[in-house]
Formats: sequence, C-alpha cells, structure tokens
Amino acid sequence: MGQIEWAMWANEQALASGLILITGGIVATAGQFTQWYFGAYSMYPGVFVCLLEYPRGKRAKGSTMERCGQKYMTAVVKLFGPLTRNYYIRAILHLMLSVPAGFLLATILGTACLAIASGIYLLAAVRGEQWTPIEPKPKERPQVGGTIKQPPSDPPPRPPAEARKKRSEEEAAGEGASPGGPQTNPMEVTDEVV
Amino acid sequence: MGNWVINHWFSALFLAVWLGLNAFLFVDTFLKYEKADKYYYTREILGLSLACARASAICLNFNSMLILLPVCRNLLSFLRGTCSFCSRTLRKQLDHNLTFHKLVAYMICLHTAIHIIAHLFNFHRYSRSRQATDGSLASILSSLSHHEKEGGSWLNPFQSPNMTVEYVTFTSIAGLTGVIMTIALILMVTSATKFIRRSYFEVFWYTHHLFIFYIVGLGIHGIGGIVRGQTEESMNDNHPLNCSESFEKWDDHDFHCRHPQFEGNPPESWKWILAPVILYIFERILRFYRSQQKVVITKVVMHPSKVLELQMNKRGFSMEVGQYIFVNCPSISLLEWHPFTLTSAPEEDFFSIHIRGAGDWTENLIRAFEQQHSSFPRIEVDGPFGTVSEDVFQYEVAMLVGAGIGVTPYASILKSIWYKFQRADHNLKTQKAGHATLNFDKATDIVTGLKQKTSFGRPMWTNEFSAIATSHPKSVVGVFLCGPRTLAKSLRKCCHQYSSLDPRKVQFYFNKENF
Repeated sequence: MGQIEWAMWANEQALASGLILITGGIVATAGQFTQWYFGAYSMYPGVFVCLLEYPRGKRAKGSTMERCGQKYMTAVVKLFGPLTRNYYIRAILHLMLSVPAGFLLATILGTACLAIASGIYLLAAVRGEQWTPIEPKPKERPQVGGTIKQPPSDPPPRPPAEARKKRSEEEAAGEGASPGGPQTNPMEVTDEVV
Repeated sequence: MGNWVINHWFSALFLAVWLGLNAFLFVDTFLKYEKADKYYYTREILGLSLACARASAICLNFNSMLILLPVCRNLLSFLRGTCSFCSRTLRKQLDHNLTFHKLVAYMICLHTAIHIIAHLFNFHRYSRSRQATDGSLASILSSLSHHEKEGGSWLNPFQSPNMTVEYVTFTSIAGLTGVIMTIALILMVTSATKFIRRSYFEVFWYTHHLFIFYIVGLGIHGIGGIVRGQTEESMNDNHPLNCSESFEKWDDHDFHCRHPQFEGNPPESWKWILAPVILYIFERILRFYRSQQKVVITKVVMHPSKVLELQMNKRGFSMEVGQYIFVNCPSISLLEWHPFTLTSAPEEDFFSIHIRGAGDWTENLIRAFEQQHSSFPRIEVDGPFGTVSEDVFQYEVAMLVGAGIGVTPYASILKSIWYKFQRADHNLKTQKAGHATLNFDKATDIVTGLKQKTSFGRPMWTNEFSAIATSHPKSVVGVFLCGPRTLAKSLRKCCHQYSSLDPRKVQFYFNKENF
C-alpha cells in the first residue's frame, strides 16, 4: 500500500458526504421534522465541503484527472494557502463540521460519512500528503504532422544492445552494415509502404 | 446509426428489459401498498411514504439479486462456452458484465436514496402520531400497545411517546442494519470511482469487499417485522372501509368493530439474494481451486520501459486470442488479483503476459522478478476470460490500433494471424493486417518481434484511412482500438467519414476493446 495517496480517496468520500449532508438537510427542512433546524444548519457545511473538496489535488505521481470546471474553485482554494494545503486542518475541520449534524437522523448519515472522510484525511496527513493545486497548462496547438520527425536511423527489429554495439564497432572499422537485423521471418512478409 | 444498431441491439434490448422490470416492480408494489385495504390503517399514519419505501425496497431486492451475477466470471465463461451456438453478438454481451454491474450499482444507490428519504418521513410520522394527544385515528392506532394480551398486535414501532427517531433507528434491527449497509455502500462507491480504481487499485479492491456487510445486512434487515399490515382475522372484525370512520367507538364492548390487530411482514430479501450468494460463494471457491493449480514459469524477459514479460505453462490451460487472465502473487499480496491481457498466440506452447509497472503491486512484482539470484515467486492464475476476439479474423482487412500497453491484445492477434497464415488456415479471412502502435518511449522495441512497419510520432488518421480506402476499395475493413477514449472518438469519426455510402464499396467498422 506504499504508494496510495489516501487524500484522493478522502476527497471522493468528503465530496459524497457533502452531497449527503445537503440532501439530508433539505429533507429534514422540507418535512419539518423534529429539531429540523439541525437539518437547516447542515446544508451550509454540506455546500462548504462540496466547494472545498471539488477541486481535486494534484497527484504526487502520475497525471491527475481534473473534475469538470474545477479550475475556478482551485483558484479560490489556493488563496487560503496552508489552511487548505494541510490535511491535518482539513481532518479537524471536517470532524467539527460533522458533529452538529449528528443530532438529527436525517443528517446522521452525512455525519458518519464526513467523519470517515476526516479519518482518511488524518491518515493522509500522517503520511505527509499535501494538497497541491493543478495548474492549468498552456494550451499547445496540436500540430498535425508536427510530431512526425525523421525516423531513427536504427529502427526495430534490431538485435540486442550488445550485438548493436559490436556492429557499430565493426562499422567503424569500415565494414558495411547489414540491412535490417538478424531477425529473419520464416515466411515472406511484405511491407506495404503507406 | 445503422452500425450502432447492428453492434448494440442486444445491449439496448437487455437494458430496456432491465429498466422495464424495475419500473414494473416499483409501480406494482407502490400500488399494492397505496391501495390495499390491509395497509389502510398503516397509511393512516404514514401516508404516501409507506408505498414509496416499499416500492424502492422491492427494487433494491431485485437489483441486489442482480449485482452479484455479473462478477461471477467463471460462471460467465461457462455460459459463454456452452452457448457456442449463440451468435457472437450475444456472447459479446457477457464482456460488458462490468458495465452492467455498475449500472445496477447506480440503481441501487438511487433506490437507497428513495428508500432512506421515505423511511425518514415514516419514522417522523410514527413519532408524531405516538406523541399526538388529539384523539385522532392515527394516535389511537399508535397507542395500540405492545403489551396487549394478543401480543404483537401493535402498529407503531414507537413504543412510548418519549422515544426519539434516533433511538428507534439504532435499537431496531432494521434501522441498525440499514445504517451499516448504507455506509458500506457509500464507501464502496467512493472507492470505486474511475479515478481511484485506475490510480489506486488496492483501495478499490479491498474496500469493495465491504459488500459482505451489505449482503448480510440485507438478509437480516427485515427480521423485525416493522412493516405492519392488518391480519386476516382482524379484517373480519374490523374492516377499514366499515370501521375506520367510527374509531372512537372501538373501545365499546358492544360495538361491532373491534380494535384492529396487526402483524409484521416476514423478511423477504433473503429469498431474492440467496441464489446469487450461493453462486458467488461457489465462484470464489472455484477461483481458489483454479488458483491452486501449479503455474510453471518458463521464461522471464525484462523489457525496457519497465515492462515484464512472463511466459508460463499450466496444465489444462487453453486460450483464445484477445482473452485475459487474473494473476495473483501470494508473496506480494495474498488477496489481490489483477487482470492482464494474454499476449501469446493460442498456437504457441506457452501463454504470456506483459506487465507494465504502474502501481504498488505491479512494481513489487517486477522488482521480485528482477532479483535473479533467488527463485521466482509463485504465481497463481485464474482464467482465461473474455470473448475471443475472433472478429478480427472475419475482416478481410484489419486495422489494429493500440496505445501504450494497449497493444497487448493485438500482440496475441498478430501472432495468431501469422501462425494461421503459416499453417494455411482456411478460416482466416484476413489478408492484410496493419498495426499502429503508439509508443511513448521511442527507443523501445515492442512486443512481438515481427518485422513490421513502424512509424514514429502520432499518425495522421485522415491520411491512413484515405490510403487504406484507396488501396482496398471494395473491402470491409475492421478497425480495432485498445486505447483512450479521445482516440476512439477520432477513429470512429474517420470510420464514418471514409466508409463509402455504397455498401458494396469500402466500409469501415469500428470496434473498441477496453478493460
């Protein structure tokens, strides 16, 4: 499990929790359940958590799939610097936000899910992970045909490195290079130049 | 459009039937609970949310039954094998098992949401009627005590006015199992998003085993009999249509209406999920049994760009082109099974896979094999699975496009074509096969060692397609892709663009493989 970035999963979990909090809050308020004001309250942390968690952080290794339209929220989240970068702060924040919603049945599911997300963020923080914004790349115009360069001088199939080195030494000694490689197909294979 | 219909008619029909069954079950159950006299008094307290909760419950039962079936891959292979007389289109449906699994999962999530919201209203209304002192029918029904000598003839699960909804939720079997199941479901879904699955497969794999809590919870969810309807004999004494208006007089001994008696519905979820659970247990046992069979590693090749090739042998193993296997390495991880496409041809006397280092498990495996001094770690194999990619052989001209490690299915196909050619296999229609590999590391050689044309850089598809169209003006060309979606879009567009309107002239058919 060495390379798992727990923060990525915590992010998905927190986003889901935010949505659940919002839904629970709406149901409780609309149904005017007992103590529905807890429900009315929990819509706010729900929205806040959704906004905070929407921009996905950059993976330490490999490329990251951005969520649709996340660059606007990335700019906002980036502004808070260490407050949003540090996962300890996020873990504590989510835990605190989830507690009041735990007093109402309609939102208790949101509490449980957000608390779990908080726990995963804590794990991520302990392992030294950080939230890094995904910077927009300068848009490069796709050059049609631009990537096709001169083919390398020694295309495959070619013999393994040692034989190649020997061959180049022989070449340097003035002998002619053998065409293609020692790969001989038992059957005639024709190349169609397209 | 016609191409889509030909390729997808069975999927569309299957999905239509599935959605239709869902709709039918929902509406049928909804009407039953909304109209039946048996639930008249229950509805008096609960209103519409009773029917909503029950209707979504039946859909949950139905989909929970279905969800285990697409992941029984040995069972599906068996079906595919026995169904060899079925058309290829039908058999190819079995390849979309994971897509169906996800659709069913989404349906479960939707119905879970409906079910929970409906029950929130139900509990709220039960609680409110229990606390009501206005002498309404609802409050009289709610006060039918749990301690009556008939025992269990109560309607309202809230035994006293002081009980909160939270208390009843966490002290009733239905409530507690409901909460556990929902949390398990949410954790399974958040760890199964495409991003997490592709980047951190282990998180997905281990978390997904929380389904055990879901299934067990579902089985015992209804034990408490919390959904109450009037008993048959009580309907004789107190038919709601006759007696509901005169509920104030029920206490009168002389009155012809007695107090109604209620009974809980017996749990029925277990009836839905029993068979799939048994099949799934059998599937896991079978996987374990197959994995115990000895795999002999005959050759290990370390390719550049961190690609490991393993050539293996296993007794009784027979494969076809385009299939894949699941591999487990107990010394790295006891429980993880990872899928890999077979890169060898069936005509060869071994089977091989090419593994690219792309995460914890793969990198550990490559490292374990790099240490040449110690003996190789033991490998367990399950499979092969997947529909044979025999489609390729049915086209006169095949255009195979693979991106990165996505070239692996085509390695197998190309080698097989070569062997078939050599052995003059008359079933092989393919006369020309062109292979484009998009390689990110320009210095590396790729899989097969066949002498083939390789261009460097991104091909200009319009050029390629028009060239093939001009050189094969009357052929049917099959275009196969194993690669990213954006590439699929451009290839599909080219297929439409360069297919001639005249069906006798060149036609391009697009096929996409993905894992």
